[in-house]
Amino acid sequence: MSSRSSAGAPAPGAPARTSLPGGAFAGSGSLWGQVVKIALLGLFTALGVWAALPLYVGGNWAGIAVVAAVLVLVYWVYLSKRTVPLKYLLPGVLLLITFQILPVLYTMSTSVTNFSDGHRGDKEQAIAAIEAYSVTRAEQGREFGLTVATTGDPESGELVFLLTDPEGAAYAGDIEGLRPLDEATVDPASGRVTEAFGYTVLSPAQVNARSQELEEFAVPVGDGAGIRASGLSTAYEGRATRVYDAGCDCITDASTGVVYTADDERGAFYSEDGERLAQGWRVNVGFDNFARFLFNPTFASSFFSILVWNIGFAVAVTGLVFVVGLAVALTLHVPKLRGKQAYRILVVLPYAMSSLAMYLLWRDMFNTDFGLFNQLLGTNVDWLGDAWTARFAVILANVWLGYPYMFLVATGALQAIPRELTQAARIDGAGAWQAFRHVTLPMLMVAMTPILIATFAFNFNNFNAVWLITKGGPFPPDDPSAGATDLLITYTYRMAFSQATAEYGYAAALSVMIFVIVSVMSVISLSRSKALQEVDR
Amino acid sequence: MTATTRGYRRSTGSAFALWAARFGWRHVVMIAVAAFALFPVLFVVSAAVNPVGTLSSARLWPTGAGLDNAVDLFRNTPFTTWYANSLFFAVANAAATVFLSALAAYAFSRMRFRGRRVGMIGLLIIQMFPQFLAIVAIYLMFSTVGEYRPEIGFDTRWGLLLVYLGGALSINTWLMKGFFDTVPTELDESAQIDGATHAQVFFRIMLPLVTPVLAIVGLLVFISTINEFLMASVFLRDTDAKTLGLGLYQLVESQRNANFGMFSVGAVMLSLPTLIVFWFLQRYITEGLTAGAVKG
Repeated sequence: MSSRSSAGAPAPGAPARTSLPGGAFAGSGSLWGQVVKIALLGLFTALGVWAALPLYVGGNWAGIAVVAAVLVLVYWVYLSKRTVPLKYLLPGVLLLITFQILPVLYTMSTSVTNFSDGHRGDKEQAIAAIEAYSVTRAEQGREFGLTVATTGDPESGELVFLLTDPEGAAYAGDIEGLRPLDEATVDPASGRVTEAFGYTVLSPAQVNARSQELEEFAVPVGDGAGIRASGLSTAYEGRATRVYDAGCDCITDASTGVVYTADDERGAFYSEDGERLAQGWRVNVGFDNFARFLFNPTFASSFFSILVWNIGFAVAVTGLVFVVGLAVALTLHVPKLRGKQAYRILVVLPYAMSSLAMYLLWRDMFNTDFGLFNQLLGTNVDWLGDAWTARFAVILANVWLGYPYMFLVATGALQAIPRELTQAARIDGAGAWQAFRHVTLPMLMVAMTPILIATFAFNFNNFNAVWLITKGGPFPPDDPSAGATDLLITYTYRMAFSQATAEYGYAAALSVMIFVIVSVMSVISLSRSKALQEVDR
Repeated sequence: MTATTRGYRRSTGSAFALWAARFGWRHVVMIAVAAFALFPVLFVVSAAVNPVGTLSSARLWPTGAGLDNAVDLFRNTPFTTWYANSLFFAVANAAATVFLSALAAYAFSRMRFRGRRVGMIGLLIIQMFPQFLAIVAIYLMFSTVGEYRPEIGFDTRWGLLLVYLGGALSINTWLMKGFFDTVPTELDESAQIDGATHAQVFFRIMLPLVTPVLAIVGLLVFISTINEFLMASVFLRDTDAKTLGLGLYQLVESQRNANFGMFSVGAVMLSLPTLIVFWFLQRYITEGLTAGAVKG
């Protein structure tokens, strides 16, 4: 600080400098700083080239333009002397835009389409798929050795055929077509692919579970031909019986003579008597997805009952962890309590355990046959099989995991309140409860309201809390899609990733609705608290 | 004599009553809370050392001690790979997130620029849209990325790390900004008058002064990454690419009774890093957790 006076500190009360830090001083950085800067820019340029190379090979000029634009932006920000705030914000903001904002926007645009299993690609892809699915064995078609694989989850990932032709060449084929497969291990005895990089080979049991899908699956190879499976280990090439005609924008089935006309509003081909071909394409459906959850009686009733439970769950967990955490903090908030440190360590323990593992543990503690609870209580309750005990179980597990955090926060907040205040209230004749109620609590709430809001928002979308314990169940017998403990987020996840048909459009619409609900609740509660004033400090 | 005895008695009686009123009930409450906190932990530890290793044989109190489950876990699963993956994500994400959000918090706390207000409110709003709500979009995005650069596509560490870092600027930035605001501006202003660049101010003056909040954000990110399930389950499909959490889930998904011992060992191992980090950072925890809130 001594150097400060020699440099001439502003007189007390002088107006704060408004110039940005760096303005006058930038550029006088140390040599070391300059070297680091140049090295980082070099590294970033190398990354850009690395990213652009395959884009160039693939002829993706839009992609290259994006890479170039980002590079130019980075150079401008870090070489200019006028962009000091951006120098600090750019790395985080670039990541935020790429991996959070763009996906959110994409989700919003998906929410107004019929994007789902039957409506994945564009119209051309749908036509190719329809033609391929109608393939029947041709006289001189090629035969292949077949291994069924997937690029995703064995139960729901996209099917891929790993094929070997009689000459021994290996191919991978999916709904987009056939391409050579370089890194494949071929079993010399059977001549079939046993392993290929990037693909998960399905076991016979897994193939069996998806036999329905397999029956409708074919790899288009162009000119109305396609490859289909015959059994589990061979495939054949054949000709399509359903052929598209661009003139009438329709598909004619050569074997039955039925004509299916394209319906660009619904994104599928329909015959005259209303029969629909399974493969459709993505079209904009406006707010239909939202309307289903709001107005269709069946879906609206599950949606609203899930919403009610979702709010109830978040309120119950937030309220309970607050009460328990604060009670524990108050109990320990006394000088000279023996064993205070030991108690603190013990009660904080759940927070320091891995919540993912603990959720799975709680699930097993509630197990009917072998669970700890039935074992200790000598009961035989099907805890997770009944709606209300399952809800109780989920809340209890979350209180166990959540209260230590509140305890830590409340302890900090209590320490910030001068003891003299409560003591003064007590001297003025207030009882312990009155002093707490009218002095301590209001001061605590100032500090804890933002944290309560954050806790509520977190629990509102606490996927793990429900998915790992109950998977949303138990389910009513008449509706296997909406369970008693389902939160909106687990309901959404099931819709998109673990149902027979992936309903991306509906899932995206649900995501957007969750966003709106959480935003509205948060904005209301934040505007009541003082958190937003922070911005103007 | 009688008087003194009575007086003595009365005083011990009232001393006990005083102690009970002041401390006694606190011990009763705390023992009850500690028991509530402890019993699942005790259960998982005793299941981990239980030689039989099934859920049906697991008891609250250990009925035996052995390393059979641990040996099974090492032999029958790619445990070390899973564990290394989990630690990689937790450490890398925590370190990068702390650095990135400290940079941003410094800008928001110390500089006044156009878009500052919008930026801060925007951060608050965008983090209400949990990243995993956009998982379908991210999934499709990385299907394309993987075609061009498999190095950062599915089943790769760098790809998932990038996704995680998309959330680096979030409520953490707010928490840090709140703490940065408590550092007097005079400190960095005087350094600048002495000719320090803004980068020197940031690295040499600010960062050392805000260690508690850096520690706490690091801890929070570390914990949440270790426990992240959804993104990882969509992103890491190959058995060897999985994290320990995913691996454990898979382990008890199909055979929950038989694999419970192995699972318990894994659960304890998965909790260890958090416990260790927690232990080292505990003096910062209370200060850091309340930093964003207890002000003004």
